[in-house]
Amino acid sequence: MAEIVKPQTDQPESAQAHDAHAHHGEESFWSKYVFPTDHKMIAMQYMFTGMAMALIGGFMVYAFRMQLAFPGIDVPLYGVVTPNRYNALVTLHGTIMIFWVAMPVLIAAFGNFLIPLMIGCDDMVFPKVNRLSYQIFLLSAIVLVVSFFVEGGGFGGAWTAYPPLSAKAEYSQTGLGSSLWLVAVTLEFIAFLLGGINFVTTAMNARAPGMGMYDIPMVVWMIVIASVLFMASVGPLIAGAVMLFMDQNIGTAFFDPDKGGDPILWQHLFWFFGHPEVYVVLLPAMGISADIICTFARKQLFAYKTFLYTTFGTGVLSFTVWAHHQFVAGIDPRMANIFTVTTLLISIPIAEMCFIYIATLYGGSIRLTTPMLWALAFVAEFMIGGVTGIFLGASGADVYYHDTYFVLAHFHYTFFPIAIIGTFAGFTFWFPKMFGKMMNETLGKIHFWGTIIPFNCIFIPLFMLGSAGQHRRVYSYENFPDLAQPQFQDLRVFATISLLVMLGFQLVFFYNCFISWRKKEKDAGKNPWRSNTLEWVAESPPPHGNFPELPHCYRGPYEYGTPGREEDYFPQNLPA
Amino acid sequence: MPQLYLEALSTYASDIDNLILLIAVLVGFWFVLCEGIFFYFIFRFREKDGVRTEYITGENERHKRWISYPHILVLVCDLFILVGAIQVWYDIKQHLPEPHETVRIVGQQWAWTFVHPGPDHVLDTADDITTVNELHVEVGKVYHFKLEARDVLHSFSVPVFRLKQDAIPGRIITGWFEATGVGEYDIQCAEICGIGHGLMAARIFIESPESHAAWIAEKSPFQLAVTATASTIED
Repeated sequence: MAEIVKPQTDQPESAQAHDAHAHHGEESFWSKYVFPTDHKMIAMQYMFTGMAMALIGGFMVYAFRMQLAFPGIDVPLYGVVTPNRYNALVTLHGTIMIFWVAMPVLIAAFGNFLIPLMIGCDDMVFPKVNRLSYQIFLLSAIVLVVSFFVEGGGFGGAWTAYPPLSAKAEYSQTGLGSSLWLVAVTLEFIAFLLGGINFVTTAMNARAPGMGMYDIPMVVWMIVIASVLFMASVGPLIAGAVMLFMDQNIGTAFFDPDKGGDPILWQHLFWFFGHPEVYVVLLPAMGISADIICTFARKQLFAYKTFLYTTFGTGVLSFTVWAHHQFVAGIDPRMANIFTVTTLLISIPIAEMCFIYIATLYGGSIRLTTPMLWALAFVAEFMIGGVTGIFLGASGADVYYHDTYFVLAHFHYTFFPIAIIGTFAGFTFWFPKMFGKMMNETLGKIHFWGTIIPFNCIFIPLFMLGSAGQHRRVYSYENFPDLAQPQFQDLRVFATISLLVMLGFQLVFFYNCFISWRKKEKDAGKNPWRSNTLEWVAESPPPHGNFPELPHCYRGPYEYGTPGREEDYFPQNLPA
Repeated sequence: MPQLYLEALSTYASDIDNLILLIAVLVGFWFVLCEGIFFYFIFRFREKDGVRTEYITGENERHKRWISYPHILVLVCDLFILVGAIQVWYDIKQHLPEPHETVRIVGQQWAWTFVHPGPDHVLDTADDITTVNELHVEVGKVYHFKLEARDVLHSFSVPVFRLKQDAIPGRIITGWFEATGVGEYDIQCAEICGIGHGLMAARIFIESPESHAAWIAEKSPFQLAVTATASTIED
């Protein structure tokens, strides 16, 4: 009963907080910055924790790419990458980038910052659950980082953690590292379950008066759908994680074939979650791009309802494709035919969404600001990830490509646009709202090109190496005569140098953030991009409680170029 | 495209390469078309003074056609890919031709063990030839393999055959191949299997009937015993 009553008790609480504005000024440092309930501050906590984790994940990729290009080298700032360190580095790079960067930044940071502002309310429906969500997330991040330094080193069984390797210390040599990895992942899922409850409830129940279902900005819809997908898919994996933890530590045999268990069971549990997870992080990035493209093309989102229903369809379909990761894993070969059908079907809604982005640009008045460049790059680069996925979803071709660098390049062409390009798009777009100051456009564009060009130079050679049969998670190809040929080593060196260039250009981003944040004058104003959605009605940065007076919503989010109006935009809160 | 980088040396390798080519042509068409229109629109509809944007919601049928027709074409392309993919898959994984020989392949941390049937061409007899990290096969013969794993997951991967199959402890998985050309190539373990995953390298020796017969004769336990006895007598 208590849980059912809670929403009613919490909401008035935050509403009261909003009424008593004077009270907010007295907040202590601890309650404002360390244990906040304000959704914007929690968003910042998630954002900066995610970015700090991205730096760790980026450093890891630097270390193991140096080893691949120059085997045996004493990597500056790291040291020699031994085989067990290599395995731990690639495992934790994958885990961190997906669970501790893409998830916290795209879902938690943007979800927390944008949902209440865009739907025109003062805070999340459950502010204290929100605070708890971040605290558990922070704990999970600490456990994960610690796992790298315990005896035996970090877990090195890849981010998919297939047993029996992950289940027995005698096989992995990293008993404690594997267990801590599982604990961290499970804690992280609990944090996002709490966050997801908040996002869905807030967006569905706390919308501004007048805001119908089709007036919700697409990015809010996308985060809501992503949260539902996450909550619906994560259960089996949490169950699997508990089973695997028991296999590791108290001698159960869920995944141990010697005692009647089945290692493939884990793969089903993992990928039943793992494939929807791709869409969990994809959708917010798609929503961010949609909002930015509409703003800077001064256009309505083409066929809003189609986009929305297509997303629902994608979400449902995403639960039916998981075994395409397991075509050659020893499942009954007949099953591959079914999963090939579902996997190819999912290309249709995704293609439709790309068509919608393109159609949105038609007849627009496009301004290539830094956020717009990122949003357009998201679409352009994601298409490469999308089309290369077809090769892997087609069972016959996957016999060859499975577990090669082709797979690696393919999913980096999806995850990089999602997690990195999508984040930069959203961050540069809403930076003025977050801090009240504009970022430097020239530095922004230098950073953009300095990231996008090297990104392609890293991963196109990896497609080639994958086609040459180079398989994944190998610390040095010197032991494989066919792969050790000099023309392939040249490609590895080229990819690594491109990576170093790309990492170097990230300094421009941090410098730009720093000087923009340090500016004395708050030069952004309320609505620097002349955008329509409700967050631009609030002050920049919005105070605790967001709006002096909760806004009323009169129309959809993308009314640009409305006929018969002098201005080319029509904010949602203005009466007709 | 794999054939740009390495030879295709099994009967189904070219089927896989052709399937990959089919997919590349179909998705390549859509990719070039979409990116082309995308960039054209970006340049064509740049902000100009005094030009207002067109107000298109995309909700009426006349406009929606522009996304719904391509959408049907994508479905048609998917059907072609689907038929090709399932056909190739069926030939490799579901329909196993009658074998001339059967070999056993065992993955363990971190080496491959290959059991060849020996001179009597029957597996699990006294004259089997067991090797570590060396698989010897004869060109033009259909081989079945019985794939096993001792400890963790491994994956038996022969890039020149375009073949890959995971090995699972507790199961015996049967697959097949028929080599079409001679030479010496990599066998990889394609599933991470612990610290020594990067050391789990083996080689496949595809031999002509004569040299394969010679190898069997040289390595068969019977022949080894004769050689050993002969050298003892000589001593």
